[in-house]
Parts: sequence; C-alpha cells; structure tokens
Amino acid sequence: MIADLTETIVKILFIFSINVGFYAPILGWVERKQSALMQDRVGANRASIFNFRIIGLFHPIADAVKVLTKEDFIPDGADKFFHTLAPFLSLTPAIVTFAVIPFGGSYELWGHPVQLVIADLDVGMLFIFAFASISTYGVVLGGWSSNNNWSLLGGLRASAQMLSYEVAMGLTLIGVFMVYGSLRLTEIGAIQENFFRWGIFMQPLGFVLFLTCAIAENKRAPFDQPEAESELVAGYFTEYSSMKFVMFWMGEFLEIVTISGIVTTLFFGAWHLPFVSDRMLLSLFAGAGPNGAAVLAMLVNVAVFFGKVSFFIWLMMTIRWTLPRFRYDQVMRLGWKMLLPLALLNIFITGIVLLV
Amino acid sequence: MSPNATLDKISRQFPRSVIETHTWRGDATAIVRREDILAICTFLRDDPELAYNFMMDLTAVDYLGKAPRFEVVYHLYSLSKNQRVRIKAQVPEADCAIDSIVSVWIAADWFEREVFDLYGIVFKGHPNLKRILLYEGFEGHPLRKDYPVKQRQPLIGPLN
Amino acid sequence: MTDSAKTLHTEHMVINMGPSHPVTHGTVKFTVTLDGETVHDLKVDIGYLHRGFEKMCENGTWEQVMPYTDRLNYVSPLINNVGYALAVEKLFGVETPARCQYIRVIACEMARICDHFTNIAAGAMEVGAMTVFLYFVEARDLLWDLMEELCGARVTANYVRIGGLKNDLPEGFGAKTAKAFETCRELWTDVDKLLTKNRIFIDRMRDVGTMPAEEAMAYGFTGPCLRASGVPYDVRKAHPYLVYDQLDFEIPVGETGDNFDRYLVRMEEIQQSMRIVEQALAQLPAGPINLDVPGLRWQSKDDTYNRIEALIFHFKTITEGIQPPAGEIYAAVEGANGELGFYLVSDGSGKPVKCRVRPPSFPMTAAMPRMMRGRLIADIVPTFDMINMIGGECDR
Repeated sequence: MIADLTETIVKILFIFSINVGFYAPILGWVERKQSALMQDRVGANRASIFNFRIIGLFHPIADAVKVLTKEDFIPDGADKFFHTLAPFLSLTPAIVTFAVIPFGGSYELWGHPVQLVIADLDVGMLFIFAFASISTYGVVLGGWSSNNNWSLLGGLRASAQMLSYEVAMGLTLIGVFMVYGSLRLTEIGAIQENFFRWGIFMQPLGFVLFLTCAIAENKRAPFDQPEAESELVAGYFTEYSSMKFVMFWMGEFLEIVTISGIVTTLFFGAWHLPFVSDRMLLSLFAGAGPNGAAVLAMLVNVAVFFGKVSFFIWLMMTIRWTLPRFRYDQVMRLGWKMLLPLALLNIFITGIVLLV
Repeated sequence: MSPNATLDKISRQFPRSVIETHTWRGDATAIVRREDILAICTFLRDDPELAYNFMMDLTAVDYLGKAPRFEVVYHLYSLSKNQRVRIKAQVPEADCAIDSIVSVWIAADWFEREVFDLYGIVFKGHPNLKRILLYEGFEGHPLRKDYPVKQRQPLIGPLN
Repeated sequence: MTDSAKTLHTEHMVINMGPSHPVTHGTVKFTVTLDGETVHDLKVDIGYLHRGFEKMCENGTWEQVMPYTDRLNYVSPLINNVGYALAVEKLFGVETPARCQYIRVIACEMARICDHFTNIAAGAMEVGAMTVFLYFVEARDLLWDLMEELCGARVTANYVRIGGLKNDLPEGFGAKTAKAFETCRELWTDVDKLLTKNRIFIDRMRDVGTMPAEEAMAYGFTGPCLRASGVPYDVRKAHPYLVYDQLDFEIPVGETGDNFDRYLVRMEEIQQSMRIVEQALAQLPAGPINLDVPGLRWQSKDDTYNRIEALIFHFKTITEGIQPPAGEIYAAVEGANGELGFYLVSDGSGKPVKCRVRPPSFPMTAAMPRMMRGRLIADIVPTFDMINMIGGECDR
C-alpha cells in the first residue's frame, strides 16, 4: 500500500515537474525562437543574468517574475467570481488529463510491477474527453464575465468551435477503438510494440482527422479565431492580466503537450522504438542485472515518448507560423460539413476492413 | 474631344449657366452659376459624347476679398474619352449653400462633407452633412482665409 | 424553431473597432452594428490624423510644402514628392531635364514597390500568416537601404525639388539595386508560394469586399482597387508623365474586384515596377538633373557664392518664395493607391492660394460600409487591409 502510494506520488511529481516545470516555460522560449527561425530573425535574446544571455533561455524566468509582480485587476462590472474561476477551469483539464497518458511501459522493479502511468483507468480515453470538455467552460466564462463585447465574441466563437470539433474528434477515435479493441491507453500503447500496428498505419485517415480536430480544440492557428489578435484584440482573454492571463496561456501550452501525448500514444507507437520490442530492450541492458536493465529500459522508453511528444509540439508550432487563420463560418463549415462526414467514413471503412 | 470642344458643348447646352470658360496649361475650366450645378453635372455624366463617369475631386477655394467669396471646384474625368474637365461654381458668403451632387456620383458624399467641414459651405440635399475630418465640438471652419493659423480651440486650451 | 426565432428578443450589438485597434492602420474608427457575427451596419470615422496640410501649405512658400508631402502617403513618400513637383512645374509650364525625369521614375517605382510590400505584408499578417509579414518587411528594408543611400532618409525622403532633384544617384546605385532586387524576387517567390495557392488564404480573401466595376467608378475608386474590379485605368498609361511612355510595362487588371484580386494585382505590380526600374537604369542618360532657371531652382553653391546674380536669386527665392504665374492647375500621378492629384491655385505671389491633394484612399474608405454590409465581422479585417487606407493621405 505504502509502496503503491509512494509510486503514485513519485509519478505525479515527475509528470508535474515535466509538464509545468519544464514544458510550460520551455514552450514559451521554443515559440519565440522557432518563429524567429522561420521568419528569418533573431528572436528574444535580451534577458540576462550576470550578463549571460544563453540564447534567451532566461526569458521564461523573466516572464515568471513579470507575471508575479503585475497588478491583477478585475474590470468594472465584471462578474468577480467567474472572472477568477475561468482561468482555473481552463488550466486544470490541461494538467489533469495527463494523468491517464502512459509515458512508458510496465516493468518489474525489485519484484514490484510498475506501470508508468499515474492512473491506469480502463476508460482512459473517455476520461480525457470528459475533462477536455470542461476547458470549454473556462473559455466561455472568461469571455462572458469580462463585461466586454470583444471578449464575449471571442468566448462565443470559442465555445462553438470547441464543441463542434469535439464531436468530430470523438468519432475519429471510435475508429481507433475499433482497431485496438480497448479504451485503456496502456493496452493501446502495448499493442503498438509491433511497428506495423502503429496507429498511423492502421488509421491513417484517423490520424490526420484527429490532429486537425485536436489543433482546433486547442484554439491554435490556423483555428485561433477565438483569440484572433487582429480582429478581437485578444478575444476572450482581453481583460485578463498577470497570473490569470498566464493560467490561460499556460493552459494552452500544456494542452499542446497533452494533445501531443495523446497523438503519440494512439497513433505513433507510444513509448516504443520502431522494430525494437520490450524483450530486445531488456536483453540489450542485460549486463546491469534484471533491476538495472528494467531501470535503463524505463529511461529509454520515457525518453522516446517525450521525444515523440516534442516532435508533435514542433509540428504544431510550425503549422501555426505558416498558415493564415480561418474565418468563423469557415471553421464551422470545416468541422461539421467536412471533418464529421470524413470521421463517419473512417468508421465505416474501418468496420469493413475489420470484418474482412 | 479636345478640351475646347468639351467646353463648347457645355456652353451650348447651358448658355445661361456658364459664366466663363478657358483653357490654361491644357486644363479645361468652366465657371458656372451654382443654381444649375445639378443639371450640369447630370448632363456631363449622361451625355454619350462626354460620359464623365468619374468625379475625381471636389473641393472649394476661398477668395477672401472677392465677391462671390467661395468657389466650389469639381474635377471630372471621362474614362472612355480620356478627358478631364474642371467645373467651378461660385458661392457667395452670405448664402453659403449649393446643391449636393451625391445623386449624380456617390463619390461626392465624403468630399462634400469635407468641404462643409473645412469651409462651412452647406450642400443642400446631402444625406449626412456632418463634420468628417474634425471632431464635432470644433468651432469654426479652418480653411477659410480669416481663420488664423494659430487659433486655439476651447477643448484644447490655450498655448501656455 | 422559426417560431422561437421570431418571438426571441434579440438586440443588435454595437461594437467599436476604435481608433487604436490592432488592425486599423492609420487610426480609423469603425462603429459596427452586429447581428451575431454578421455586420448589420458599419460607420466609418476618419480624421484622427488630420494635421491641416492645406492650411500649413497656404502659410508657407511653394518650396516649403515639399517636406509636408512626404507625410501624406508615408509608405511611398517619393511618389508624393514627385507628384507635387510635377504639379508646380505644370504651373510654371516647364519640364525638367531627361536625367531628372528618369531618376524620378526610378524613385517613384521603388516607392510603389515598398508600398505594395507593406500592404501585402500587413494584409497577410492580419489574416494570420505572420511569417509573410516578416519576409516582405525584409524585402522592403533592402529597398529602404537603397533609398537611404539616395536621399538620406528611409521614410521622410524629401528628395525631389521643384525643377529638379536634391542630388544625383550615388555611386554604384545600379549594381546595388540589381542585388537588392534579386533578394526581393526570391522573397516574392516565397510569399507567392505561401499565399497564392493557399486554400485558407483564398477562402479568407475570395469574394470578400467585392466591388463591381460600375460602382467602383461611381465611388471614385482608382489605382489597384479599381484595376482589380476590371477597369484598366492607370494614370501612367492614360496621361503619361515623366518618361513612362518610353518604358515598356504592363498594368495588371483583375476581374471580380474582391480582396484576392487586389492582392494579385499588387503582387504583379511589384514585378512590373521592378521591370520599370531596371529599364530606367539601363536607359539613364547623362546630363544635368536640375533646371537652369534661377527663379525656379537654386543654382549650385559654386555659383551662389561667386556670382552676384545667382546670390540675388537665391535670396529672393528663399525669402519670397518662387513665384509661379497666376492660375490654377490639376496634375495627377499614379500613386501606389491610385490617382494622386494636386490642384494648385496661384495668385502670382510666393504663397499658394490653395494646395489641394486629392487623396486616393479617401473614396475607398468611404465605400467600406457598402462593401461590408451583410458580411461577417472577420471580413472587415482583410477588406480594410486591401483597400490600403493610409491615414496620412486620407486625413491629411
């Protein structure tokens, strides 16, 4: 019991520190530097400690300091409770949904079976969906409670967009479940030990659809019309400053990490290297003894998983800085008239292939 | 049509309205009475030989000390004939109004508002004659020659 | 569903895209009445950048107006300079020497290229393709470096003088221009690949802000917006000035008059302008760049300090101003936005009686409500961008 509890706490601390401690600040830096690289400029490189600049890596720290010392105000006439609640509703699902994503396989450590996932729910995927829907509340409440026409427009657009794309996303994943036969994410990950059973080969259409829907869900470009800078100033977070704004912003970045995690788990082989099975990995490290081999294999798998997550994060950043943004009615049309029928078609084809 | 031919045609069509015509540096100009400006502009637009379908510019000039004091100047251009003409209508200071030609070329809408804003000439029949470049509490019409350059406005306050 | 739609009480929302808004370049206020996301009505308020250009002109001499013209269309200032100089020279009834005319053409076309770069960059950025903005700003910067070598300033050029130019082309200008154009063409191709076939960009721009040809002419549209509507009117071809009739170029004409056509027209005009500059540099004749008319254009410093007649003329033209004959003229050049007309009235003294600028973007801004009624609020952004309303010239 105590061992289980310690294990869970260690896993929670690990994920929390990776997500909030590493990815959230580093993604701010990556966004600035990657966009700078793509746009043929230098990017932010002025923050320095004792005259050491290290290519702008101190900027996240500078951001944190700025945010903590900025005045936090609630606009006149705004609903105080909801105005404060909205960022929490937006941030919490982004962090919590990572609880069911497996970041490594299962190993035997000193006689104790360890599963590298915080909560191995047998309805893992549904849990993610349920929580992702809650983040819609955050956006809508933020937009409405700001007592500002622009924020209201942003909130309305966001709610419509997120709802529509959740439908298409859910239908896309039905194809995945049909192929793997389970909602448990650890099982899906385990099945992908075989390179040719990776989701991207078994559900190619599903992969493309899911990635599009997930980017839309996350309100990143080209689907960032709820926060379209040039039209709505800043959309639903116009009236937010300091910590609350950062919570929205961090929620967005962490959602990118979560989505990358889901895409990796379902379609890209989870924690496996291509053509390397678990036994091959353990036998590679056989010289360190059974426990040592397990630990080393664990490290390799975790590194592979986060490597793939980083790849998808990079991909989403590149897409953001390349494509223009859709107009509101075009987003709706894409979600309902194009992605939804394609998702249904995907289910249909998957069904036929499975029966045959 | 050469500039002189255009002016001849206008003079023949509106013998009592056209006060004077001349050509200088290649620009054809006709000075007309302001009462007939709407009829003249409609004729210039609709006549197939003239076909002035562009109203390029509408402005006014203040000749302080001359009577009539103002001249409303219309610059027209015909795309098909590649011809330009300038029509000037004289407006006295006392009855500072002239017919609006918005019904002929809708481009005149904002140009007339600008002339009203800066000179104070009223355009009768304009759908929305409000100030356009200056704010609503502005006092006076600044492009008139008797408006001093360094005049201060009440909302802005004195210099010191 | 229809019953509840009829009995449901709805109100139109009035939103203020106020003078300071990320998309309103040149400070304009739109008061938008919205029905959901559809624009029910749009009211445009301009005048936030009104600085009293005409009043200031009437208060100085004819030459003192030249720096003011820089600040009209501040994205392509050289075209304003050239337009004004040509207008005053028409008042005098003189023509500048051939070399001066060729250099003026080069300056105009480079300014036009910069204006189109800026406009497309801003338009793409407003629609979300932020990378395009930086590519074209890099290209524009290369041209501004050339202009800085030419006249000392990147934006407020003040390069053209009545009766000539401030100085001749610097050494090696032709070679530097060729090199800059190479990079500009590369960046142009990059942007072309990013935007012209991009499904999302086409969706945002096609059939948005459409203005049929007849209405465009009735509103007084000129320039790329009019050519996008299908009317092939360009002052450089209709009333050739400077040496445009000796140069070989085409004017691109669109079909539907929507934002995408305006974008395509401007992209093609960039290429044509580069062609013009290259031809002008190749055909550049030797000779003086200033008219040798003492009452009109200053003599060289050599003469002014050594010959009494030149000194006297110098003194008179500075204190009293150059004195064109009494009369009035209207002279138009093809600005980057459309027909930039100058209506000058002179009474024979050194001070202008009237110095009117016909602003090209004024009619297009006036037509915004007509183009936006019934569209979505997200369409205001690309349409307003593609009209290229420059606050300095619309408000003066």
